[in-house]
Amino acid sequence: MSIALSASDISRALTRISHEIVEKNQGAENITLLGIPTRGAHLAIRVAQTISTIESREIQAGMLDITMHRDDLRMRPLRAIMSTTIPSVGIEGRDVVLIDDVLYSGRTIRAALDALGELGRPRSVQLAVLVDRGHRELPIRADFVGKNLPTSSSQSVRVHLVEIDGADEVLIEGES
Amino acid sequence: MSTTTFVLKGGTLVDGSISDILIDGGVITRIEKSLTDEHATVIDATDSIVLPGLVDLHTHLRQPGREDAETVASASRAGAKGGFTALSAMANTSPVADNAGVVEQVYRLGQEAGLLDVFPIGAVTEGLKGETLSEIGAMADSIARVRVFSDDGMCVFDPLVMRRALEYIKKFDGVIAQHAQEPRLTIGSQMNEGEISARLGLRGWPAIAEEAIIARDVLLTDHVQSRLHVCHVTTAGGVEIIRWAKARGINVSAEVTPHHLLLTDDLASSYDPIFKVNPPLRTEKDVHALREALADGTIDIVATDHAPHTMESKECEWQEASFGMLGLETAISIVQKTMVDNGLLTWQGVAERMSHSPARIGGYEHQGQKVAVGSVANVTLINPLKSWTVDRDLVQSRSRNTPFHGYELPGLVTHTFYKGKLTLENGVNV
Amino acid sequence: MRHLLSISDLNKSDAILILDTATELARVSDGQVKKLPTLRGRTIVNLFAEDSTRTRISFEAAAKRLSADVINFSAKGSSISKGESLKDTAMTLQAMGADAVVIRHSASGAPQRLADSHWMTGSVINAGDGTHEHPSQALLDAFTIRKHLGKGGSDLSGIKVAIVGDVLHSRVARSNVLLLNLLGAHVTLVAPPTLLPVGVESWPAKVSYDLDEVISQVDAVMMLRVQQERMNDLFFPNAREYSRYFGLNSQRLAIMQPHAIIMHPGPMNRGLEIAAEVADSARSVIVEQVANGVSIRMAILYVLLAGAPLEAGSN
Repeated sequence: MSIALSASDISRALTRISHEIVEKNQGAENITLLGIPTRGAHLAIRVAQTISTIESREIQAGMLDITMHRDDLRMRPLRAIMSTTIPSVGIEGRDVVLIDDVLYSGRTIRAALDALGELGRPRSVQLAVLVDRGHRELPIRADFVGKNLPTSSSQSVRVHLVEIDGADEVLIEGES
Repeated sequence: MSTTTFVLKGGTLVDGSISDILIDGGVITRIEKSLTDEHATVIDATDSIVLPGLVDLHTHLRQPGREDAETVASASRAGAKGGFTALSAMANTSPVADNAGVVEQVYRLGQEAGLLDVFPIGAVTEGLKGETLSEIGAMADSIARVRVFSDDGMCVFDPLVMRRALEYIKKFDGVIAQHAQEPRLTIGSQMNEGEISARLGLRGWPAIAEEAIIARDVLLTDHVQSRLHVCHVTTAGGVEIIRWAKARGINVSAEVTPHHLLLTDDLASSYDPIFKVNPPLRTEKDVHALREALADGTIDIVATDHAPHTMESKECEWQEASFGMLGLETAISIVQKTMVDNGLLTWQGVAERMSHSPARIGGYEHQGQKVAVGSVANVTLINPLKSWTVDRDLVQSRSRNTPFHGYELPGLVTHTFYKGKLTLENGVNV
Repeated sequence: MRHLLSISDLNKSDAILILDTATELARVSDGQVKKLPTLRGRTIVNLFAEDSTRTRISFEAAAKRLSADVINFSAKGSSISKGESLKDTAMTLQAMGADAVVIRHSASGAPQRLADSHWMTGSVINAGDGTHEHPSQALLDAFTIRKHLGKGGSDLSGIKVAIVGDVLHSRVARSNVLLLNLLGAHVTLVAPPTLLPVGVESWPAKVSYDLDEVISQVDAVMMLRVQQERMNDLFFPNAREYSRYFGLNSQRLAIMQPHAIIMHPGPMNRGLEIAAEVADSARSVIVEQVANGVSIRMAILYVLLAGAPLEAGSN
């Protein structure tokens, strides 16, 4: 097991991503941040706090549970549904930024796009991830990436966050 | 090899002695420590108990009317398999056995099958309706010589009708066998009333509905000085009432079924109607009271209440299913399991409960005789050391509704002799 | 879990999972989203051998909101009155490829017979069997109670509930006693002695014959429907006596605690077990129970059908 990102790496990456989001969208007036539970939701809250500081305005983060739209439900034991909370600014006509911890096959994001589609019609959907580990199975790409981590499919990437796991770190397990 | 002369070697009699037995011409002719006979077929009875042929006082043969479930012939084979040499055909056939014609028909069918004695039971009331007496005299005087009268399936609930019936049968040396079930307390009842029925949402059959009728009937029997037999007692309360009645010298006898000696109402939790029976399975407390009563003689006999039913009547919701279980082929094994192996009854006791006493109560002359020189050769060999697994697809009965499918039971009946003729040889029907 | 036949099939965490899932699904329904793709391609059969428009429509709506295909099989009168038809019906459903059967039947235990038989392989969901159980009703009742009276936790610890009426014949009462107790609530049954089953002493609930004494102490009152036929069967003298002693009227409403809620599984006998003005009062959550029913039934379908299939024989 090796540490791919330390706590300070994570902090810098999130700060950079927050600036990139504001830059690409020319401000924060029209963006809606939605984290994908569990860890994506916590990351979204951190990004929201950073953007609030940068832009001197209150930005809220919401969460989008995608369980009901997954394409692999029947392949595993039952998953519990998490909460979906949309910030008061809504998503209609907004630039939605989805935030997740790891981008891998792309299926989670595909499900998120479907879930979002059920809720309304954003002006655009962008994707920010802490780690992109490659091996896409669908034509999905991230707009904002904390770190690109080339991995083999036999390895696993573990993201730990202080809010849940007590420490901030990204670990890679297994043979490359 | 002879089919009329047999030497049973090394069997254990109910008094514990080990002897050889010679059966010849339908009679037990010799009992000695060691026997040979050059004409005889030898049967190895080592480890086996030699019992008098079992007598069932409560059997549903279903013929006439429900031959799809059982016939006199198929029930006879089932009986032979279970070690029985006599069955008593309950009257709730279609048409009902409330006249000489039907009882004579059933009697003749038994003779034709020729595997055991079939004693027809006559209905107490016409059509089992409980209103008017059936032709008790005609049935008593018919070739069937009916002595036991029962509306079993139904209760003779009207106290006046029961009184008249008890009085009337005195002329014919008869006995009324009552199915004790107060109808007003058991409307739509499905299983024993108690915690389990409350949880399962099945209408209850309260114990009091049996106890109240038994109490009334023993008092009536005393009052008119007649003879009462209580069918399938299932309740601890019923046992106490019978004990009290016998202590007062009231002429009452009682029976218990094998299934009520073993099974309890929690089995209904699966809603599988294989466990649906009337009267219903009850609680542990009742099972223990019944076993004790059978041991001390308060309950005189074991009677199977063999009740065959077709598959459709059991493969459905509980409420739709028919009441009843098979019993002939598993009876004595259940008795061994619940009574003998528990030390509650000896094999001598089994002979009393399953042969001598039923024959006495029914007035069956050639049945229930001791295994002794000069007796009619109705003999059953059972090996208590051998166990067997019940398989409903291998039963002799035409129906499959045994609650014991898959159970491993002790005691294998190996041979049954009916009037000196083998009806069961090495566990196989002849 | 493969089947939902009785509340006793659930442990506490199963029950809370269903309530929590329903909470999320309710939010979804409240918003713009009316349909989720989760059970697309699955076939759910409503097998209603007993009339019930309300429950059937609720299950149908739940299934459709999850994009399942729904087939309604209502067998009235004599067609499913004999047991053989239950078997034949089940085998027909199996041939139709039913992934789940939602069954309402007048015979207690019919859903269990279906589940235990080898006639079909789908999941069996009990929508009410005779006088035995009605698990989805109890779950929506618990959901409703939690929403109004929950103290922030996930269960119903410490909440006092009175269930009033014909307990003897009520499948709603049986399921509720089991579930409320499982979730930590305290149940008191109030009924005339004739309408309490022998054996009720072993239930995890208190018993009282006095509604006035109980009603001022509880947080929720659940009124059960009393059928008119019960009068003919000698359970009580007449409707007037029943209402006087066990009906929820305005006087009793007045002595209820201010936060206490009024529930009823429906359909109501206005004027018999519940006065019209009480049913329509602000404390009544009866209409909301119906809406909650759809979310709960969606949650049940999700929990039973969405995950990987369990092996046959497991539950």
